[in-house]
Amino acid sequence: MTMIKETVKLALQDLFPDPPPVVEEPVAEAAAEGDEEKKKPAKKKEEPRVNGVIERNHAEHGYDVDVQLEPGQLLAAVMILDRAGFFLESITGVDWIKEDQLESVYDFSRYDFDICRVVIRTRTSRSEPKIPTISKIYAGASWHERETHDFFGIKFDGHPHLIPLLLPEDADFHPLLKDFKP
Amino acid sequence: MSGPIQIQPDETFILNIGPQHPATHGVLRIKMEMDGEYIVKAETVLGYIHRMHELMGENRTYPQVLPNLSRLDYLGAMGYTHCHVLAIERAAGIEVPERAEYIRVITVELNRIASHLFWFGAFVMDLGGFTPLMYAIQDREYILDALEGITGSRLTYCYHSFGGVANDIDDDFIKATRAIIPMMRKSLKKYEALVTGNIIFRKRLEGIGPISAEMCRKYGATGAVARGSGIDFDVRKNEPYSVYSDFDFDVPVYHECDSLARYMVRMDEMEQSLRIIEQGLDKLPDGPIMPAKKPKLIKPPVGDYYQAVETARGSFGIRLVSDGTKNAYRFKLRSPTYSNMSLFDEACEGMLLMDALAMLGSLDLVIPEIDR
Repeated sequence: MTMIKETVKLALQDLFPDPPPVVEEPVAEAAAEGDEEKKKPAKKKEEPRVNGVIERNHAEHGYDVDVQLEPGQLLAAVMILDRAGFFLESITGVDWIKEDQLESVYDFSRYDFDICRVVIRTRTSRSEPKIPTISKIYAGASWHERETHDFFGIKFDGHPHLIPLLLPEDADFHPLLKDFKP
Repeated sequence: MSGPIQIQPDETFILNIGPQHPATHGVLRIKMEMDGEYIVKAETVLGYIHRMHELMGENRTYPQVLPNLSRLDYLGAMGYTHCHVLAIERAAGIEVPERAEYIRVITVELNRIASHLFWFGAFVMDLGGFTPLMYAIQDREYILDALEGITGSRLTYCYHSFGGVANDIDDDFIKATRAIIPMMRKSLKKYEALVTGNIIFRKRLEGIGPISAEMCRKYGATGAVARGSGIDFDVRKNEPYSVYSDFDFDVPVYHECDSLARYMVRMDEMEQSLRIIEQGLDKLPDGPIMPAKKPKLIKPPVGDYYQAVETARGSFGIRLVSDGTKNAYRFKLRSPTYSNMSLFDEACEGMLLMDALAMLGSLDLVIPEIDR
């Protein structure tokens, strides 16, 4: 059960060579134990999460490995998961308007009995949201990226057919942005 | 050779299926580039019944958004509300009494059979046989009647609630469900004799509409589509939730990858659901159906949660980003048919139009669930 989780975690950790992981990891984990960012009681307020790999409690969160990375590292991380035999569950976005950032969230899971859900998140600026497409690696990402583009306006660089999927074909609005007015 | 019209061998034309077409079972449109009867390229156009449930999930409180979930997939609504209550219970840390979980599992499995029955009838009707639909709807009626008695609705249930279920089940329901089990077993034999062995039926499906396991993985296909391609994946077994680990049931897997394999998976699944219901009624514990202590206002702590369940159509998931208020910050619905449908464009290339429509039926589409 822990086999694939450990392998994938180690492989993904290789993407983050510069920060000293021995010092950084326990701090990030402590902040993330209960909640992720900006805990409400003035404990560690507004501390942005550092990029890196965090292991999560499956019973509590519903997934196992949580990775935050730069858009430039995305393709490398997705290729690791592709080689390890993961399937693409979904792609979505989150609008962090207070931090002026858009987040793109990728869910991966496995077909076997080795439960391991991996979440990859990457953030981009709200004014010029650009993230490389992964539809060349996972063909199914094409629809998910079009949907995320519909709802959040994130531009997926290199996507072959980035036109509205669920919204009308002439839609120029993004309804899930927090400042969207119908 | 001497005719006046010269037909160009590489001439193609565009064929538009839908948005109003009986074979698409809803408002789905497929643009197809055809070379005679063969499909060169297909492009699915979605969004005709898009209602932005995810935005409604952000604008309403958690209990208010519960009825929305059963509007996604009107044939198997119980599984979707189950996912929602499980996701919120995981996030907010609400304990659920065991009896309530057993009742949830029984109702979800009954609903799964009802959904498969309707699919079975509609699928055979796609292939030109009308009679099985009438038999299937008749059997489904008994299940809907039983569920109506405890939930008050026949299709869009709002029966599961945070911490348990809305009503306790009564003797009428148990009696009706006990009667459904032998009746369904008899019916399944009847369907097998009537449809599964039919030579015309088999010729339309056997070896047709191949979807490889690798294609399933690249597109994230789940449910009967994946299990018909030899992938032993069922969230109830692979990532047990609720009380499914207490039950003894099998996951039917077929390795043929064709439309018939997907048909066989669903037919076998009905028998497995009957087994679960039987065990559930036998083992049904006594006790409350709601926890003694339940927060009045549901405010999950700040964080990011995911919950997956196996619905009649595949792995349905909710990604919930909570900011600690009574509304969700982000409410993502991962719908199984969305991923299952996305592989159709690639899978149908080079197929005969008739065969592609048979394959479309075998994917078990519910369009409101794709468009959300």
